[in-house]
Amino acid sequence: MTIRVAVTVNGTEYTRDVEPRLLLIHFIRDELGLTGSHWGCDTSNCGSCVMWLDARPVKSCTVLAAMADGRAVRTVEGLEQDGRLDPVQQGFIECHGLQCGFCTSGMLMTARWLLDHHPDPDEAEIREVISGQVCRCTGYENIVRSVRWAADFERSGRPDRGGGEPA
Amino acid sequence: MTDVNGGPPPGFGRRLRKEDQRFIRGQGLYVDDVRLPGMLHGAVLRSPHPHARILSVDTLAAEAHPKVRAVITGETLASLNLAWMPTLSGDTQAVLATDKVRFQGQEVAFVVAEDRYSARDALELIVVDYEPLPPVVDARRALDAGAPLIRDDQPGRTTNHIFDWEAGDARATEAVFRDAEVTVAQDMLYPRVHPAPLETCGAVADFDRVTGKLTIWETTQAPHAHRTLYAMVSGVPEHKIRVISPDIGGGFGNKVPIYPGYLCAIAGSMITSKPVKWMEDRSENLMSGSFARDFHMRGELAGSRDGRIRAVRVTVLADHGAFNGTAQPSKFPAGFFSVFTGSYDLEAAYCQVTGVYTNKAPGGVAYSCSFRVTEAVYLVERMVDLLALELGLDPAELRLRNLLRPEQFPYTCQTGWVYDSGDYPRTLRLAMELAGYAELRREQEAERANGSLMGIGVSFFTEAVGAGPRKHMDILGLGMADGVELRMHPTGTAVLRISVQTQGQGHETTFAQIVAEELGISPDDVEVVHGDTDQTPFGLGTYGSRSTPVSGAATAIAARKLREHARLIAAAMMEVDVADLDWERGRWFVRGDPDQGRTITEIALAAHSSLELPEGVEGHLDASCVYNPPNLTYPCGAYICVVDVDPGTGKVSVRRFVAVDDCGVRINPMIVEGQVHGGLADGIGMALMEVIAFDDDGNCLGGSFMDYLLPTSLECPSWELGETVTPSPHHPIGAKGVGESATVGSPPAVVNAVIDALRPYGVRHADMPLTPAQVWRAIQGRPFRTDLAIG
Repeated sequence: MTIRVAVTVNGTEYTRDVEPRLLLIHFIRDELGLTGSHWGCDTSNCGSCVMWLDARPVKSCTVLAAMADGRAVRTVEGLEQDGRLDPVQQGFIECHGLQCGFCTSGMLMTARWLLDHHPDPDEAEIREVISGQVCRCTGYENIVRSVRWAADFERSGRPDRGGGEPA
Repeated sequence: MTDVNGGPPPGFGRRLRKEDQRFIRGQGLYVDDVRLPGMLHGAVLRSPHPHARILSVDTLAAEAHPKVRAVITGETLASLNLAWMPTLSGDTQAVLATDKVRFQGQEVAFVVAEDRYSARDALELIVVDYEPLPPVVDARRALDAGAPLIRDDQPGRTTNHIFDWEAGDARATEAVFRDAEVTVAQDMLYPRVHPAPLETCGAVADFDRVTGKLTIWETTQAPHAHRTLYAMVSGVPEHKIRVISPDIGGGFGNKVPIYPGYLCAIAGSMITSKPVKWMEDRSENLMSGSFARDFHMRGELAGSRDGRIRAVRVTVLADHGAFNGTAQPSKFPAGFFSVFTGSYDLEAAYCQVTGVYTNKAPGGVAYSCSFRVTEAVYLVERMVDLLALELGLDPAELRLRNLLRPEQFPYTCQTGWVYDSGDYPRTLRLAMELAGYAELRREQEAERANGSLMGIGVSFFTEAVGAGPRKHMDILGLGMADGVELRMHPTGTAVLRISVQTQGQGHETTFAQIVAEELGISPDDVEVVHGDTDQTPFGLGTYGSRSTPVSGAATAIAARKLREHARLIAAAMMEVDVADLDWERGRWFVRGDPDQGRTITEIALAAHSSLELPEGVEGHLDASCVYNPPNLTYPCGAYICVVDVDPGTGKVSVRRFVAVDDCGVRINPMIVEGQVHGGLADGIGMALMEVIAFDDDGNCLGGSFMDYLLPTSLECPSWELGETVTPSPHHPIGAKGVGESATVGSPPAVVNAVIDALRPYGVRHADMPLTPAQVWRAIQGRPFRTDLAIG
């Protein structure tokens, strides 16, 4: 038995007939080939699979693809616009906010959501909002700095910088 | 040519990572991202029992599943002589069980199906008839008379004993203990933990029946070693095997061993003639993948009343699980545990280690442990704190009195390791200064007067990393040396091929910086190729913090060889004597006439041109090096942790963490600091949260992230780092390994801080993890064993 799912992902509409039990993370990765989001734990603990469902971050390992029918999904592949990196992406580069890169897409999606709703978060607020996601490499310090870098960048409205020390 | 930061080519120094560009776009290529035409999916059936005889395996219903292409059992593999494989410690391990299962989660059968979900569905259609046997759960009972025999597959075996091993001088140590003014002793457990990289283990195997070529994409930290082992086991010749280790989502030692799932994927591809992907899920990773530690230790310290540490003695019971699959140099069955002499000038030292089988998953050397330096540092740093308590001395002061002095290097410790360099007192003093140590102690006194439980923990570690010298260090007979190949193209850019394997350490950036430093070109002009055995020279891979100590050295030497070859060509270009040329960054010039010179880029083009070269000089610009390190490198560090303990709940909060690391010359300080940050988080996790425990029936109690708790951004403070730099005297660029330093050094700092906080209750020790329950029980005077599900 299959079920028809029509979902808009990063602005493109996809229609697929899938098993009702198919998880959103596997739909995005295996059916659509968008492998930037990762499958890490199955239990909503690690957050490697975080993407947006209708503008809210969700852990897509515990969302059925069928639940996304008629809705909009945004993944890490949808962050870069017209060849310009999103400031949170740039922030992670500038502040060494990633090492192996496996948790990064989920962290970026949460960070983007945070700055959309709280453009000037302090360290405690950043730590709180990423606390549902696990990073095994960075000890979180540089992720916090990366999000702060992006917040500063967006608030000051400065043009792209070539690199250098984190602001 | 300028670098992206706008300055001159920097070589060493802070530099943004090349690899980030793909990761932040979601364009990394991890094993599970590999999709091949016609690819099938595999899943492993695992034992629910920790110890049971297999009476029968019925696969008929699974084979009848419409989407199943193959069902493989131990019997199938036995007919191919593949049912058992060698482990990295020279033991054997079942690929798929035939006679018995020996731990919960052991591999029993493998299904190949058209999709991921169908493969898992079919697992439920396989009927295995088990006859449960009593399990050995507690390592301390494994050698009891009448204990169930786990490895009855080995002819003549009558016990669960694996090995006895010792280091140091038992008699000299006993002599010091006999006349010591003061001694302290403590039993302690470094519990079983798991590296838990966010990417689980997996593989895509593709056997081409026509060409006989086996290509396997694999989550491995050691692609070349795996290829050699596959050649030995499978009968496929080594030149027909290509192991590709693409982007790796964290390793921490979890991705060093060969897992049965890899071989099942290979067998599945050979049987179906299709590519087969196998990705384990999180529970499989935690329950069956290589665990770490599980060392039951008794430490003793002998000292004098005036605060001199004289000798240390340790006995260890090492729980290796059901198969001896520890990944470590073969002459070191307890890894490098014998550096438990720590950072102190001792009169004598001795350790005795016994390894045993239990009905638990195999492994033991993983989780950034530097071949068990982790356990060694934990032991000695806990013992030093116990001695300080006994003597009524401040633990930092006791350490300062006993740390090796700079003039003692190179220092041969009582168990024979030759520490290369370090300034230990300066390192500890810097950490104390950054922490405001004296002020913290005053604050603690005031808080105690108010009934608050504030604790301050100190640790000092010496690591031994960068295996090996190959004369002493090999894995399955493969000497621990690593090769690099460096080639400069006609237009002056370069490609460096390395055998070591990044799992997030940033090799593409760091190794390019080494070449840049040596040749005076931009790191952007150096492409680093890794993770493909068809494209890179042989070497043993990345673990034990060995990439920079071994392959970093190889890279610098290869670049210097290339530079010397460039000198010959430059001399021909300028028609001058080779001996008259001097090097400055990026060019050879005529001594006394600096305007007359040729840049490396000009030389590269000339090397490939019609220029007539002297007899014997080949027209190319490349070099290679296989680096066999003369010694390990010995990074060190001083860590200070400040905690607050809630006396009502036992909850520990880490308020501050100061870490001063000395890893010699820092190639990219940004990356070094990132490595330290990650290791400090590991330390918080192990000290306070993480454990793989078992119940009496042998059930694994850490099989998901619901039970195996990892530190998040809320448990971790904002790290405060400092550095000292004492270059390694034998490393070409003076660098030392750093990837595991913080994981090794931080757990004792956290535990020492918690025990310090509990001093008003007279607590001397409690085993990790110091969960609220464990701390609360310690306050009540009865801390429990954390490895068993009993209270």
